Amino acid sequence: MTVNQLDAESLYTALLAGVKPLVKPNTALVGVWSGGAWLAERLQRDLGLAGEHGVISSALHRDDFSQRGMSNADPTKLPFEVDGRAILLIDDVLYTGRTTRAVINELFDFGRPASVTLAVLVDRGGRELPIEAAFTAARIALAPDDRLRLARDDAGRFSFDIKESD
Amino acid sequence: MLQQRNPQLNSHGELIHLLSIEGLPRAVIHHILDTAGTFLSVNDREVKKVPLLRGKSVFNLFFENSTRTRTTFEIAAKRLSADVINLDIARSSAAKGESLLDTIANLSAMHADMFVVRHSESGAPYLIAKHCAPHVHVVNAGDGRHAHPTQALLDMYTIRHYKQDFTKLTVAIVGDIVHSRVARSDIHALTTLGVPEIRAVGPKTLVPGDLKEMGVRVCHDMAEGIRGADVIIMLRLQNERMSGAMLPSAGEFFKNYGLTPEKLALAKPDAIVMHPGPINRGVEIDSAVADGTQSVILPQVTFGIAVRMAVMSTIAGNNA
Repeated sequence: MTVNQLDAESLYTALLAGVKPLVKPNTALVGVWSGGAWLAERLQRDLGLAGEHGVISSALHRDDFSQRGMSNADPTKLPFEVDGRAILLIDDVLYTGRTTRAVINELFDFGRPASVTLAVLVDRGGRELPIEAAFTAARIALAPDDRLRLARDDAGRFSFDIKESD
Repeated sequence: MLQQRNPQLNSHGELIHLLSIEGLPRAVIHHILDTAGTFLSVNDREVKKVPLLRGKSVFNLFFENSTRTRTTFEIAAKRLSADVINLDIARSSAAKGESLLDTIANLSAMHADMFVVRHSESGAPYLIAKHCAPHVHVVNAGDGRHAHPTQALLDMYTIRHYKQDFTKLTVAIVGDIVHSRVARSDIHALTTLGVPEIRAVGPKTLVPGDLKEMGVRVCHDMAEGIRGADVIIMLRLQNERMSGAMLPSAGEFFKNYGLTPEKLALAKPDAIVMHPGPINRGVEIDSAVADGTQSVILPQVTFGIAVRMAVMSTIAGNNA
């Protein structure tokens, strides 16, 4: 599959089907800001889960803080007790794994979850940490400088923001 | 010809020191206020600490006394996981005759990463910023009569928290404006954020007419000054000024400019009352107002920690 063949809406349908078996009675959905948060918001609705999804930001635990400074991400908002919950982390793109590491640290600042599972729309390879998703809707190989992230229009429809390096 | 750039900003326009509100772009101020919002929510967590300044050393250099500002800077730095070293400079090396820059050179040799500086001389933090190593950041915690930028930022955070939109507000600053670095920094911040009416209220000796040049409406009559205001910022009447010819007496000042419930009734019904502290009850503010429902003096202190966390993490994340 090439990057231009990625269809965000059909991948979302695959993600919805893929996370269904991962949902347990004590599951709480937590989306990684920003793309993952949009996905979690829609999954919460489509899975018919009660309550509100969580949003988590990597900003306060990033390992590139000294190079890149404070990011503009929305703050973490977890409208439920984290202790004892089965946290299902949702992200749009899994790449180096560094964001996932940072948000797991962020999550533990709020309590001790029973478990943490990761599901993503796209795995683009290039991992720098031992992190894997339990469900991945698509896998694709991209050059290190290529940019791939989720976008959402006013009607709530997903697409990809793609910028290929020269 | 080389253009002189703002010493607080690097070549990308990012904040590397916080020395003054003057010359700070609106976007930088909003970024700090937004970041402070993130840090305020850290108080709700089980772990009230984030690792952004882990392994960094923050030196609090207070050449002038302060309890609140020094303490909130210390808490802010500790919540960011920095090591904090408090130096009571007034009683140590300066008293032994060491120059400011020699003190800085020695502390830099102890691997300081950030200096939080309060000094009675206007411009002292600039001098330090100019002479320290490129990786070292400086925060002005009040210099002479010049500036107190973190107080202004926490005041802006407080106003935004209660009033949201700056562009429709009338803000009255009341009291000893001529000696106040808080007033000066607040006026710059309010102007940058687009507040349409800023009033400076007080007697002629403490509110000089040339403040008009800063775009401020000068009012020597208290009723005129606070009528219809959305925000009232009371300043501390500095006791040390009372001995001179600037004021007849504290009682006289309270009668004319002290904020009582009756005077507060002239402002908008939902007006908020602010004060940078420490307050002098019965001198510039009545206890019924200081402890009343419109007072946001204690929330200001809480917001001050989050704002100082935002300032320290923002400058520490940007390189010279």
